[in-house]
Amino acid sequence: MHLELSGLTKSFGSLVANDHIDLVIEPGEIHCLLGENGAGKSTLMNMLYGLLQPDSGEIVIDGEKVQITSPSDAIKHGIGMVHQHFMLVPVFTVAENIMLGRENTWAAGVLDRKKAHALVTELSDRYGFEVDPEALVEDIPVGVQQRVEIIKALTNDARVLILDEPTAVLTPAEIDELIGVMRRLKENGTSIVFITHKLKEVKAIADKITVIRRGKVVGQAEPSASEEELAELMVGRAVDLVVDKDPADPQDAVLRVEGLTVIDERGFTAVDDVDLEVRAGEILAVAGVQGNGQTELAEALLGLTPIAAGTISLDGRDLTGRTTRQRLDAGIGYVPEDRWHDGFVESFSVAENLVLDLFRKPPFGNGLTLHTDEIEKNAEARVEEFDIRTQGVDDPLSSLSGGNQQKVVLARELSRPLKLLVASQPTRGVDVGSIEFLHQRIVKERDNGTAVLIVSTELDEIAALADRVAVMYRGKVVGVVPADTPRDELGLMMAGASKSEAHDVAIENPTTLGTI
Amino acid sequence: MTDTTPDAVPAAPAKPQVIEAPADRTRRLRVGGVMLVFALIGLALAAVTKGGKATFQLVSGDLENNLLGVPAQPVAIVLGILGVGAAVAYVLRQVPQRYAGWLAAVLGVAFIGAFLCWAAAGKTFPLANQFQGTLNFATPLILGALAGVLCERAGVINIAIEGQFLVGAFTAALVSSTTNSATAALIAAAASGVLMAALLAVFSIKYLVNQVVLGVVLVVFATGITGFLFDQFMQPDAEKLNTPNVLSAVKIPGLADIPFIGPILFNQTILVYLTYLAVAVVTFVLFQTRWGLRIRAVGEHPKAADTVGIKVKRIRYSAVLTAGVLAGLGGAFFTVGYAGSFAKEMTAGNGFIALAALIMGRWHPIGATVAALFFGFATQLQSQLQIIQTPIPGELLLMAPYLATIIAVAGLVGRVRAPKADGEPYVTE
Repeated sequence: MHLELSGLTKSFGSLVANDHIDLVIEPGEIHCLLGENGAGKSTLMNMLYGLLQPDSGEIVIDGEKVQITSPSDAIKHGIGMVHQHFMLVPVFTVAENIMLGRENTWAAGVLDRKKAHALVTELSDRYGFEVDPEALVEDIPVGVQQRVEIIKALTNDARVLILDEPTAVLTPAEIDELIGVMRRLKENGTSIVFITHKLKEVKAIADKITVIRRGKVVGQAEPSASEEELAELMVGRAVDLVVDKDPADPQDAVLRVEGLTVIDERGFTAVDDVDLEVRAGEILAVAGVQGNGQTELAEALLGLTPIAAGTISLDGRDLTGRTTRQRLDAGIGYVPEDRWHDGFVESFSVAENLVLDLFRKPPFGNGLTLHTDEIEKNAEARVEEFDIRTQGVDDPLSSLSGGNQQKVVLARELSRPLKLLVASQPTRGVDVGSIEFLHQRIVKERDNGTAVLIVSTELDEIAALADRVAVMYRGKVVGVVPADTPRDELGLMMAGASKSEAHDVAIENPTTLGTI
Repeated sequence: MTDTTPDAVPAAPAKPQVIEAPADRTRRLRVGGVMLVFALIGLALAAVTKGGKATFQLVSGDLENNLLGVPAQPVAIVLGILGVGAAVAYVLRQVPQRYAGWLAAVLGVAFIGAFLCWAAAGKTFPLANQFQGTLNFATPLILGALAGVLCERAGVINIAIEGQFLVGAFTAALVSSTTNSATAALIAAAASGVLMAALLAVFSIKYLVNQVVLGVVLVVFATGITGFLFDQFMQPDAEKLNTPNVLSAVKIPGLADIPFIGPILFNQTILVYLTYLAVAVVTFVLFQTRWGLRIRAVGEHPKAADTVGIKVKRIRYSAVLTAGVLAGLGGAFFTVGYAGSFAKEMTAGNGFIALAALIMGRWHPIGATVAALFFGFATQLQSQLQIIQTPIPGELLLMAPYLATIIAVAGLVGRVRAPKADGEPYVTE
């Protein structure tokens, strides 16, 4: 199928999310749409899938102009989409999810479950998906859920498949499998639009690359282009992909975690007997696929989630059982994983957000009243120091971009003397320019002698920041390895292999991404 | 620091082992404690049971034959011990979590049994009337709860069942009085229920009004409009406008001859038979048909439904309007099914009790039906006890089922999970 988008434009209020975008997808090609978060990739694809209506511009399929006003139009024209947040009903079985919207029925609308079952089995076998049609979606791993999404699109005879940030939730091994699946689909003549901001993946799989920046197509690139070239195209200026940092000079252990166990609210062991040590002046990165206990580990350190067993001590002081406030006062800084939810108050001003954990004490307050002058002065200084792009310190935080919001969070946490900084996904959803800055600040904090614990699912980030890497899998730390451990080995450990196993297997089976 | 688990191959069980979370433990102990209190009350009642024999009347109105006499205290003690056993088994986690509900059921039956032995000791308790009355009270509750299931499975909270009941009851009385036709009365009641449902649907689905507030407003509206029409038109001309024919019982040949349950279940009005049918049909439709699959999809994850081309709002409209039929019929039961004439605010909170049944039944049609029967049983028991005169005030007893609902909702049978998108309007960008 030959798909052509020409002059597509979409604005939300004064923001032009897509500005006259032209794009041609040839039959059977894997076309990468590369751009930062907020560049307008998803808006574009949502217009193609009928979830949004363009203000102007047209969509041409096989030479014929079409109107796509709803997802059913898109499906009818052979366009399928796998959304970043899966569009699966968790309490339905795989088969129910597949048949939803295109149910085979007997008379009077009674579901023909056998047919759906057979369909799933057939597609699953054809592409080697290994999906059980009767499993509940909420019980199967994320990687398998993604295959269910792909099957869903295939059962609708999709000839163009849009994959929106499909690798964000996958282990490196699953990413490799996904790349294999994409190749097989391509051989069958399906075109794929692959949306991402990860340069390595683009180079591994793309036939053609289109780069989008601030709602505009800024250029095409060949997969042979270097990562630096792609990054520059994406960001609009030269970017340092490598953080300048000196070797760590670790001192005494600051954080000691022994036998830490956390049972989550569903009764699963989220953190399983974890021992960890972070020393002053080093960055320990906790690597792992989302959902392997890192979130709970970080929350347990801060006292945000109850622990079932184990001890946590900071500088020899036992913190187990202390309240979150006591832990903050003891010198722990925290950048939460979900900053919208836990990191700030969106409707508060930049200045107020910068003192959220400081306002009780002088100079910002005396426990009864706030000293607004001091708060203002502090805000001006932080905005300057952290290069926070805002119209003014009294503007609500919601008016800032994701990267600048994250700078506010980090600035606040670093504005009191810390012994330990815990940062979960410090650069998730942040533009490349801000990532650079945030990484430099974290390294600087390390050089000041603070112990730093980073939780990240991005191997690039781990490689950039870590002095040591602790890999978590199903709540356990499967090993602590040096920062220069090869990517493939880390990937295998993230899937549960021990250090030595990972080393051997990685040499025998290099993955697509690992070899770039 | 060195490696924490040097080179150990991590055990990778197929499924992570489930350990009871601290919150679950607290809940189990709390709920178990309440169960134990009930069980001990049952046992205490058994201890003070006096009067030798408790007699249970098995056929309504027959005081001579068909009586069941049991030694009151021994039976009460056995039941009391059974109840304590069930409560203790729950506290000590002696059965798998998914069967925990059965323990509660055992406790409930044992408690009620012990209670009846105590109350009926030395007297005659009209057991047939008890079950007959249970069905009478439960019928509108079942219809209301089924209406709630349909709405909420589609993602629309329906607090307005009470209002639908009132309007249905009024309409049925009015139409039956003027036309003398039972069929017309039921159709009109269903239509009035749909009309109320349409208000709920339009304001919640189209205008995105907060559904809880909207539901309460609709109840107030229904109370007002039926009260106004009653005072202004119906009451002044009550001879003509408020003398509905009560539906007559239809005996189903064969089935009605089954001993004990036959006359109770199968010598009923057409409305009760429609209720039986509704339970089966709603259950089948929700879980075995295309429409049901789509209803559940838009109630759980409307965006997922939208992306496969399902018209989310259209499905929600269809579910809420269909539910209106059931709620309207439930309302009709109050006048043409039972009382015989309309009175102001005669539904007396039954719509809210139906809502409680829906929640206690965990948004499942069968569960909601069982819960409705349970509530009906308690209500009837209260009036029976007044007749045979027990020392306990009936009002106190009437609170018990609602206490049980709160306990159930607080997690007696595991976490109660509402449809994910229940009460959330679907807005496309």
